Amino acid sequence: MSNPALSADGLSMSFGGHNVVRDMSLNVGTGELVGLIGPNGAGKTTMFNLLAGTLRPKAGVIRLAGEDVTDRSQQGRCGSGLSRSFQIPKPFARMTVLENVMTSAQGQVGENVLSVLIRPGAVAAQERANVARARALIDFVSLSHLEDRPASVLSGGQRKLLELARVLMTEPKVILLDEPAAGVNPALLDLIIDRIADINSRGISILLIEHNMDMIARLCSRVVVMAAGRLLAEGAPQEVTRRPEVVDVYLDGMPS
Amino acid sequence: MEYLAYAAFFLTLAMTFSIICLGLNVQWGQTGLFNVGVAAFVGVGAYTSVLLTTPATPDRIGGFGLPIAVGWIGAAGVSAVVSFLVGALTLRLRSDYLAITTFGIAIALQLCFQNIEVLTGGVFGVGFIPRAFGSVQANALLFNYANLALAAALVVVLYLVLEHLARSPWGRVLRAVREDEAAAQSLGKNPAALRLQAFALGGAIMGLAGAVQAHFVGFISPPNYLPMLTFQVWAMLIVGGSGNNMGAILGAVLVWAIWALSGSLISEVFPADQQARAASLQIVVIGVMLCLLLLWRPQGLLPERQTISKHLGTRHDT
Repeated sequence: MSNPALSADGLSMSFGGHNVVRDMSLNVGTGELVGLIGPNGAGKTTMFNLLAGTLRPKAGVIRLAGEDVTDRSQQGRCGSGLSRSFQIPKPFARMTVLENVMTSAQGQVGENVLSVLIRPGAVAAQERANVARARALIDFVSLSHLEDRPASVLSGGQRKLLELARVLMTEPKVILLDEPAAGVNPALLDLIIDRIADINSRGISILLIEHNMDMIARLCSRVVVMAAGRLLAEGAPQEVTRRPEVVDVYLDGMPS
Repeated sequence: MEYLAYAAFFLTLAMTFSIICLGLNVQWGQTGLFNVGVAAFVGVGAYTSVLLTTPATPDRIGGFGLPIAVGWIGAAGVSAVVSFLVGALTLRLRSDYLAITTFGIAIALQLCFQNIEVLTGGVFGVGFIPRAFGSVQANALLFNYANLALAAALVVVLYLVLEHLARSPWGRVLRAVREDEAAAQSLGKNPAALRLQAFALGGAIMGLAGAVQAHFVGFISPPNYLPMLTFQVWAMLIVGGSGNNMGAILGAVLVWAIWALSGSLISEVFPADQQARAASLQIVVIGVMLCLLLLWRPQGLLPERQTISKHLGTRHDT
């Protein structure tokens, strides 16, 4: 059996003595789209921060396609094909939509000051290739008409779409999406759901945090439920959300 | 005639300050690095170039008698290496601590200039530094204008290179780090490495300016590189508009003009025995000007423009 695209084994994290994530394990198979759900404060976003490398776990191992990346920096993990979006989008507000997406390309020769001066040809050639790819991604998320506008003019939903394009520009194998539908109007919601399904159909594995159960049901074949930092349940969305212990935490906010 | 020669002399010095200011703009304006040790990096460049280009001297190490151009390149190179090392040690610090450390390093280096006599000539400095166009030195007018042309050409070239860099992927990713560091990191960027590059580039430019200044004036000594120089350059950048390369040049010329004019005014107005004390008024003038400007136009005379990196044509012509 091949290694899962992303796996976490026994992750723990605490802030000031408060255990936010406790002995948490999960897998995302290659090409799989897994939902990560749970009530507010369950530790989902902390889990994302651990997986992406923003935080270092107190215990546990993280593997990308079987390779241990627990000690690798966030930048290193991004270079290895793991990319994330943020719950509250973080666009580079004073840069244009196109520049936002261009910045995300990995391995840019021109990001070194000496290369810009010494190898202008190589930099220009790479820019030409990247700009074509960036424009295709901007088309894909339906932001072409805003390409040359600063990201600050985008609406909440458009910012989510921009994050999606930025994440894709890194050429990821696994992406972590933190509430891509939060605060998005219904018209854009369908577009976002459609695009996530499209990305997944190209073989990119996705772990998705979402409170919108309809979206989870439409997209995910499997969900992982977290409560109070622990794994509570795992299985097909329709089946798991009917389990009494899952219903309980959503009603009480605490496992019974 | 004399005024014309003086105008060229004044403008040449203003050009050398413009170069320092462009270097600080890379560090502060573009990257947000609070370097309060500008004078030291200028000094490192000046002493490096002097060491490389002066004729051999018995009581000093070196004096390699190399061409001035080699001195310039060496100055930029050594200043870049020194900035790189200082940056590697300090850039992880928060901005206020970075300021304190760079200030401390500048003081330490200035004391080195003053005390490592075998290398720097100590408190007496180094004279008879080879000057560009030295063969026409007897004709002050021609000499000053030739030097002005050279310094101005250097400013133009640096300006074009820095504008090119600002529009390159490097400039773009620096802006991304400045806009949102966490997002840039999540997209695989390494803010620490990018800051280090900007710090070293800025330092190299300051070092080059030090060399140009030394070869124009023909004499350097440790008091040239006191914190006062750092203060002047910061005043220039703030007045001109940090984040704007044209602003850096404009600010340098303007502040230097006010400095020079207030200096000559003081020497006219005050009696000889009072002049040393009256010279402090120059600093007061610059300080008051800074305060007024920060109240009325905090972004500087030429504020930062929105820089868009070039994307090799717009969508319509691809």
